[in-house]
Amino acid sequence: MTAVTSQEFSDPASWVPGAGELPRLLPPAGAGKQAQDLMTHLARYGRLPYRERTGTLINDLEAAGLTGRGGAAFPVHRKLAAVLAAADRRRKIPTVIANGAESEPASDKDATLLWLAPHLVLDGLQLAAEAVGAQTAILYTHADREHDVGKRLQQALRERHAVGADRVPVQLALAPPRFLAGQETALVSHLAGGPAIPTFTPPRITERGLAGAPTLVQNVETLAHLALIARRGPGWFRAVGTRHEPGSMLATVRRADGRPRITEVPLGMPLRDLLGDPQPESAVLIGGYHGTWLPAARAAALTLENRSLEPAGARVGAGIVISLPADRCGLVETANAVRYLALESAGQCGPCLNGLPRMASAFAELAGGRPRPQTRADLERWAGLVTGRGACHHPDGTARFVRSALVTFAAEADRHERGRCSATSARPFLPIPTSSARTAEDWT
Amino acid sequence: MNEKLLVNPIECEGHGACAELLPELITLDEWGYPIVDPRPIGPGMERHARKAVSACPTLALRLLRG
Amino acid sequence: MWYASRGTGVVALLLLTAVMLLGLLVTRQGRLPGLPRFAVGGLHRNLSLLAAVFVVIHVLTAVLDGYVNIPITAAVVPLASSYERFWLGLGAVSLDLMLAVIVTSLLRRHLSRRTWRAVHLLAYLSWPVAWFHSVFSSGDLRHGALFILAICCAIAVVGGVLWRLAAAARDVPRAERVGLEMSAVKKQREGTIR
Repeated sequence: MTAVTSQEFSDPASWVPGAGELPRLLPPAGAGKQAQDLMTHLARYGRLPYRERTGTLINDLEAAGLTGRGGAAFPVHRKLAAVLAAADRRRKIPTVIANGAESEPASDKDATLLWLAPHLVLDGLQLAAEAVGAQTAILYTHADREHDVGKRLQQALRERHAVGADRVPVQLALAPPRFLAGQETALVSHLAGGPAIPTFTPPRITERGLAGAPTLVQNVETLAHLALIARRGPGWFRAVGTRHEPGSMLATVRRADGRPRITEVPLGMPLRDLLGDPQPESAVLIGGYHGTWLPAARAAALTLENRSLEPAGARVGAGIVISLPADRCGLVETANAVRYLALESAGQCGPCLNGLPRMASAFAELAGGRPRPQTRADLERWAGLVTGRGACHHPDGTARFVRSALVTFAAEADRHERGRCSATSARPFLPIPTSSARTAEDWT
Repeated sequence: MNEKLLVNPIECEGHGACAELLPELITLDEWGYPIVDPRPIGPGMERHARKAVSACPTLALRLLRG
Repeated sequence: MWYASRGTGVVALLLLTAVMLLGLLVTRQGRLPGLPRFAVGGLHRNLSLLAAVFVVIHVLTAVLDGYVNIPITAAVVPLASSYERFWLGLGAVSLDLMLAVIVTSLLRRHLSRRTWRAVHLLAYLSWPVAWFHSVFSSGDLRHGALFILAICCAIAVVGGVLWRLAAAARDVPRAERVGLEMSAVKKQREGTIR
């Protein structure tokens, strides 16, 4: 990461990140935690570069190689092209939704981005709407952040309205505090007035989504990158990152102190640098609670890109990287998370409804007391049974998380079976919400 | 015609009529829910597949083209 | 032929009663003892087609019989017949609804789930209309054994519907399912360990 010197900082005009320089989305170091108002935003990045026609931005996005920053890393140009094509074919006006739900408890980057640089996201939303010919734009944020991020966004929209910056009016909507609320189809279901639970695809929402219209859902960070690509071009975007996975991304990093730090990093950055050389006996969780546990030594040798992570069974996802301190028990932490994931199941699909509570119960047995030898075999079997058999990827992600824990903490599990545990601290480390869904209201 | 069986897991209630009629392609897991062979239906199986689709009480089983 | 019409009418009513009861069983994914799971749905479907055949014969014999003049249109157009205009009209209504249910079911593959289901619910209207048509079009079902039969059919269907509604009311709402499952699994596990 390039540090910004105080001399560059003193002149607002030269805040503009040059090719190869970071940060791009976040304000430069020294600017503090202050949110950028519209004037600062315009001084740094310039005016919103509308293209005056649909589609042309899509070519730039393809050249830039921008992929979704919400976790799935789907090529952005393909999604926009699909929505535009469906709109033409079905003669329906599309809708664009900026997904800032950030339902993953261990992630904080979207809320941070919306707080510090809301205008980048709102620019991106307008440009995406223009590219697909949308006339409805919605910004979806987490209900728990209504008091800070929500208010900030309302203020930002007022600023933009005063100067007529937005061509498509933007509606703000709140996501209930459910793990699945940020899932594309659950999001659309909720905006349509129902519970925030996934629906079965086909048809995909790019074809038929909110109110039956082709719907584009993009993560807020993705839209921020889009807003910059529209101004600076694909070449500028590619000046950072790797050839196959270009650009920068926001990462939520937790080291031994447990505090989340949001940093903007180039793709391909060594995890060792991100984590500050983790202790060899500990473990690293990459990708949040649908992600993968890896031994710290293994993780330290990898870089933040799917090319490096996938052979190790991990994915970049939404940029959540957590280093578990050596004094904690990885099995206990995982058991807490699996219990949370089970409670957050929508309860619609048999395999998930049956498999996740059983995995949670078995993992709780593995983490505490004296687990039976059968428990690990049960966990493996159930992880295999639930994968790919739900309407969404909740069971798949949970199974991946569970399996990686069984591998990474195998030695610890052996110890537990003999009645021992290597942890010296019982304080929970992973951030896990305590409130769970009990009634239908909790999903709306 | 390359057709595949697909279960809508939200509608599926684990009734099991499909597995009775098409045991070559559908088995039930330990909770009674169908595990469907994702490969294209072989020749000769199509009629049985259609019977299984119409036997589902919740219309969860579908036959998709290609 | 008139007697043929009345006879097939009674059989049709019996068959349709069975179809309704089987349909209620299908919605609760019930089973008939001793039969495989697919049998309930299969019987429901086959008996409905058989019932349709009997209804067609019932209508044709009534139209073709010279004793009373009933135009063929009265089969599907209510109030087209001057003979027992109202009660016969109910028969036409019931037949129209039944045709809608059967045709949409045969074309199920091409319809959305919502459309198919909405039309299929008309069966709950078609049956009582058929019952009133049966009981009041001629005096047959108002005396003797046939009267008892008609009452039994009514009790069976009404009872079936009430049973189905009560069972549905006892269903666990989706939002509460996972919580319940977690508790059940926990109890089961504790039982196993101890």
